[in-house]
Amino acid sequence: MTDKQKLVVIGNGMAGARLIEDVLARGGGGRFEIVVFGDEPYGNYNRILLSGVLAGTHDPKDIFLNPLSWYAENGVRLHAGVRVTEIDRAARLVRGEGGVAEAYDKLVIATGSSPFIPPVEGVDQEGVFVFRTLDDCRGINDYARGARRAAVIGGGLLGLEAARGLINLGVETHVVHLMPHLMEVQLDPQAGAVLRRQMEGMGARVHLEKATTAVLGDGRVTGLAFKDGTTLDCDMLVISAGIRPNVGLARAAGLGVERGIVVGDDLACPADPDVYAVGECAQHRGLVYGLVAPLWEQTQALADRLTGRDPRALYRGSKVSTKLKVMGVELAVMGLKEAEREDDEVVTYVEARRGVYKKLIIRGGRLAGAILLGAGQSAPALLQAFDRQTELPEDRAEVLFPLSAAAGAPSLAELPDMAQICNCNGVSKGQVAAAVASGCRSLKAVCDATRAGTGCGSCRPEVARLLEVIAGDLLVADAAAEYYVPGVPLAKPELIGAVREQGLRSVSAVFAALAGGREDPGSKAGLASLLKTVWGQDYVDERDARFINDRVHANIQKDRTFSVVPRIYGGVTSAAELRRIADVAEKYEVPMVKITGGQRIDLLGIPKEKLPGVWRDLGMPSGHAYSKSFRTCKTCVGTEFCRYGVGDSTALGVQIEKRFQGIEAPHKMKLAATGCPRNCAEATTKDLGAVAVDGGKWEIYIGGAAGSTVRKGDVLCVVDSHEEVLKYMGRFMQYYREHGKYLERTYAFVERVGIGRLRRLLIDDEEGICGRLDEEMQAAVDAYVDPWLEAAEPVHPAQFATVLEV
Amino acid sequence: MHNLGSIDHIPIGEGREFQIGGLRVAVFRARDGSIFALQPGCPHRGGPLVDGITGAGLIVCPLHAYKFELATGRAVGHGCGVLQTYAASVSEAGEILVDAGASECAEAAA
Repeated sequence: MTDKQKLVVIGNGMAGARLIEDVLARGGGGRFEIVVFGDEPYGNYNRILLSGVLAGTHDPKDIFLNPLSWYAENGVRLHAGVRVTEIDRAARLVRGEGGVAEAYDKLVIATGSSPFIPPVEGVDQEGVFVFRTLDDCRGINDYARGARRAAVIGGGLLGLEAARGLINLGVETHVVHLMPHLMEVQLDPQAGAVLRRQMEGMGARVHLEKATTAVLGDGRVTGLAFKDGTTLDCDMLVISAGIRPNVGLARAAGLGVERGIVVGDDLACPADPDVYAVGECAQHRGLVYGLVAPLWEQTQALADRLTGRDPRALYRGSKVSTKLKVMGVELAVMGLKEAEREDDEVVTYVEARRGVYKKLIIRGGRLAGAILLGAGQSAPALLQAFDRQTELPEDRAEVLFPLSAAAGAPSLAELPDMAQICNCNGVSKGQVAAAVASGCRSLKAVCDATRAGTGCGSCRPEVARLLEVIAGDLLVADAAAEYYVPGVPLAKPELIGAVREQGLRSVSAVFAALAGGREDPGSKAGLASLLKTVWGQDYVDERDARFINDRVHANIQKDRTFSVVPRIYGGVTSAAELRRIADVAEKYEVPMVKITGGQRIDLLGIPKEKLPGVWRDLGMPSGHAYSKSFRTCKTCVGTEFCRYGVGDSTALGVQIEKRFQGIEAPHKMKLAATGCPRNCAEATTKDLGAVAVDGGKWEIYIGGAAGSTVRKGDVLCVVDSHEEVLKYMGRFMQYYREHGKYLERTYAFVERVGIGRLRRLLIDDEEGICGRLDEEMQAAVDAYVDPWLEAAEPVHPAQFATVLEV
Repeated sequence: MHNLGSIDHIPIGEGREFQIGGLRVAVFRARDGSIFALQPGCPHRGGPLVDGITGAGLIVCPLHAYKFELATGRAVGHGCGVLQTYAASVSEAGEILVDAGASECAEAAA
């Protein structure tokens, strides 16, 4: 009866269980019957938090990501505590202890690692432990009660965490390490020395460059002997000397094994396309990853392939960057830890007394690596700069010592639960924390559950930072974060490609071809905007995909009435125009006449049915005060009258508005042209701004903002004429139209792309796209039609009617 | 059962309001041809649901983006109340038929 394929997963640790979650999230439950074998008799728990269990800060039952009940609830058969003994690839069978056998169509090996035990005498005695599983923690906890002095072999991350746990249990703790400094995988010698000081301050004794040759004792451990002839007394030993991928099963099954199980970018074993490996047991492009973020990237890619969500999904390796707490000390490491090339730039800052060590390795103006010890505040920004490979500011101190506007304000961790994080929807920190506790593990899930970030959206970065503080490593990067609109699983460039390739000219055609026919209402407006940008006059305009403002070309108000803002170019009007506006206000008994921030006049409180009449009587074109498009170009007076003016800002502003009126964009664009550097028109905090400077020149600013986010724009270029202002502004606008995410303001767009790159693209024409950008913008300008002409020719008889006669 | 006239009077994918006796009803015409009749005002702040966006069986209020299921009136992703629904169908001749219940219309008119 069932057409389902059988997916068998060997390994119920963080990678195995996460793979199953990712498969289920992509609807894989319909395609696969899923079975998983787990060595340990539990559900999947967060192994990273074992240190906390050891240290007593976490209760074992709190660290489960997938408790036993989860498997039953999700239709996954779990063989808990059953070790797999053989993979029989010929018969396509997995055999486990006790005679269990499962046939498979697809097999995923996620067997993780085991602790490395140095091959010395005496490791089998009582009082000797490894530190990998929940059971190990229990054993260590129990034995520590009666121990006086413990030694930990291994001064890497895990060894130090074990040491912290033992110190908390009141045992005198010695860390014994082979290498000349601690955590030599992540840290350089100087950072290692800073860390050592911190740890000794916490009560750990550190012994470096000690190679253990024997574990002494008579059935019970009494001490360690080292190669240099010295010894150390102890009555308890924790071995944390590294991990080795569990590759035995794969090797016996004839699969390629080096350090780990060798897989390709498709995460499959080259010898057998139906067998995959993910997690600590897998070796990809020569690397075996021991951190959690690469595991998530692997499971997502594999789940995409297995479920058919993206059959060509590939995993190309992970940027190694991580934030951790070692012994309570914050550490962030990413990329290189030492310079490799002659021209690599190294910037270091050390405050050994305070345990602060910051080192940046910069290549080509971007971060190639960093070590940040005890420097919590700089870490998030640098992690982001590393991930996105953004250009660093010339003054490197700016990233080493970020001047936060909230200096002195409490950190997110210190904020009380009642503190409001999202002002638009009144969401508090406590509500966000509650959403996380109830299972939301991505930014999207939290925002959907609490409505945080769904108003103006300015708080989303802060919600994201708060989530990092609350949920840290458990956060799931939402694949949908890259989608242009949530209802179509493609990022913007891929979406535009598919739209062009398949000739999808309407919103409904896009849904049919790319979203399985599901017409997500939240995605319609964004798609309409994109299609209009791509197809221009050839766009098939389905009006129901437009937001109401764009259906009736006015701004909806709280009481179902609308506001009408006619175009007043550059904020310059005339007596005749004002008289017409006044006449209309009186004729239609407009409740409120208001001057807007955009330097024009708003007539508020107009019923939808009256809109065509109002437009006809005004005889003025639409001011587009309601749409995601070019809005206004504010001006100050300039050379026409102002004694300080060095440029004709009013004329320029009028020209800008006449050219770009109504041009659609991912979000609104507010501009200004100002007649001298006094900047009375506030052009430096606009999406695009022109500032007249001495010598008849104009500075063009982009990415400014003065709303819920305030940002000073970046200078794109300096030009000599109005024509050039129009040219470069148009070029940037066209690039923004093509590459901005839906509802991404220019301030976010410019930050994301980087002003350096924008200058190279749009001024230096590094990629040769400027000619095409200029042409496309000209085509958009030529295609502009005043929407208020629909007063004479509505697209549907009921376009402006709310209530229909029967 | 009330005949509200041709379905083509409602732009496809949108909704419009109708007065049935003393009762105001919002009728939505989904892209796949199905129609739904519900109360016209959003329970959150009274927004005009007919000015919203439909899709995937949902209506999204234009004021604050609160979502509801068209078939059942149930709230989606919030706790702001359930919409009153009425039985609606399209006749052979392509006309909108809504059963708003004689008593309801009379009550509303009273």
